[in-house]
Amino acid sequence: MINSLDPRIKREQINEDNTIAPLTEMDQFETYEVFHQKKRGDQHVHVGIVHAPNAEMALLFGKEQFGRRGLSVNIWVVKTSNVFASDYDDADIFETVPEKQYREAGGYKVMDKINKYKKENKA
Amino acid sequence: MNTEAIKELLYKMADDLLVIGHRNSEWTGLGPILEEDIAFSSMAQDKIGHSQALFQILHQLGEPEPDTNAFMREAKQFHNAQFLELQNDDYDFSTIRHFLFDHADQLRFDNLANSSYEPLAKVARKIKGELKYHVFHADIWLNKLGNGNEESHARMQTALNNAWNYALGMFEKGDYEEQLIADNIFEGEQSLQNRWLAVITPIIEKANLKIPAEKDWEPVLGARKGYHTENLDQLVTEMSEVFRIEPGVEW
Repeated sequence: MINSLDPRIKREQINEDNTIAPLTEMDQFETYEVFHQKKRGDQHVHVGIVHAPNAEMALLFGKEQFGRRGLSVNIWVVKTSNVFASDYDDADIFETVPEKQYREAGGYKVMDKINKYKKENKA
Repeated sequence: MNTEAIKELLYKMADDLLVIGHRNSEWTGLGPILEEDIAFSSMAQDKIGHSQALFQILHQLGEPEPDTNAFMREAKQFHNAQFLELQNDDYDFSTIRHFLFDHADQLRFDNLANSSYEPLAKVARKIKGELKYHVFHADIWLNKLGNGNEESHARMQTALNNAWNYALGMFEKGDYEEQLIADNIFEGEQSLQNRWLAVITPIIEKANLKIPAEKDWEPVLGARKGYHTENLDQLVTEMSEVFRIEPGVEW
């Protein structure tokens, strides 16, 4: 075992031949996904991941990593293992045919009406 | 208003915060996991920031400017409790100290938020949120490690036993105690200690830990008047090493 004065190296338990001991149970905490809200009423937005032994501590770490700078009023954390995710192999389910533009907000031409209204009400 | 009384109060608080801030910052880069390393370092910086605010008030009362005051004094001129100058030891001791000190710190500022001495009351109100977060952090770790496995529980109990009499030393009375109370500047150390015990006792019990029996309580006193361990010499030398190379230089 390499016996270094630097605890960051020592605790890695590196063998003389430079191989690292395999991870044991409790070696790494579970991960939590962090969602951050900038002001009340805003959506919570996913900002990253923290390692933590429980949800309370994940909140602390989430606050520290992602809420330390700038505005923040609220944080959510969710165990990564509790997130159900779609498969990238099925990404084609998101493909859609271009003729369906009428179903999207961009399909409506309303700017003329809005500008007209603004102009009328300005006077 | 007795300026000497206020200065005594400010000095012990500023030195407590400067010394614990420096000690805790020694964990930077060495914390148990990355996230905790960042959290602990960030709180250490907060403590130094709080001490700076108090040194600023002292400066307005005619004491040297904050950097000079913090970095040019010798260990025997410091007023911090011995508890805060002790070596970090392992994370168990640092966590226990963080828990015991930060609760006392929060309660002290909580009282000072209503102080008749407005400059101090203003600082107390400003840092309220940070102190709440520090205590939040300490409580969660204490609970997690106290209720963890056999090893973590045993380590926390040993650390608590070792820390206890030093922690009681935080409430050493000063020469102006009665006057500070009479002038509604500060509630006094005895009242603060009572409130502290009332707050921490249930949290310690929930963490499955035991406060040492009252017959063994022997507060470590004297530090407020300059009696320190050699740990403080080491700390002050290291902390002021860079500043003393060229005092007064603009960074």
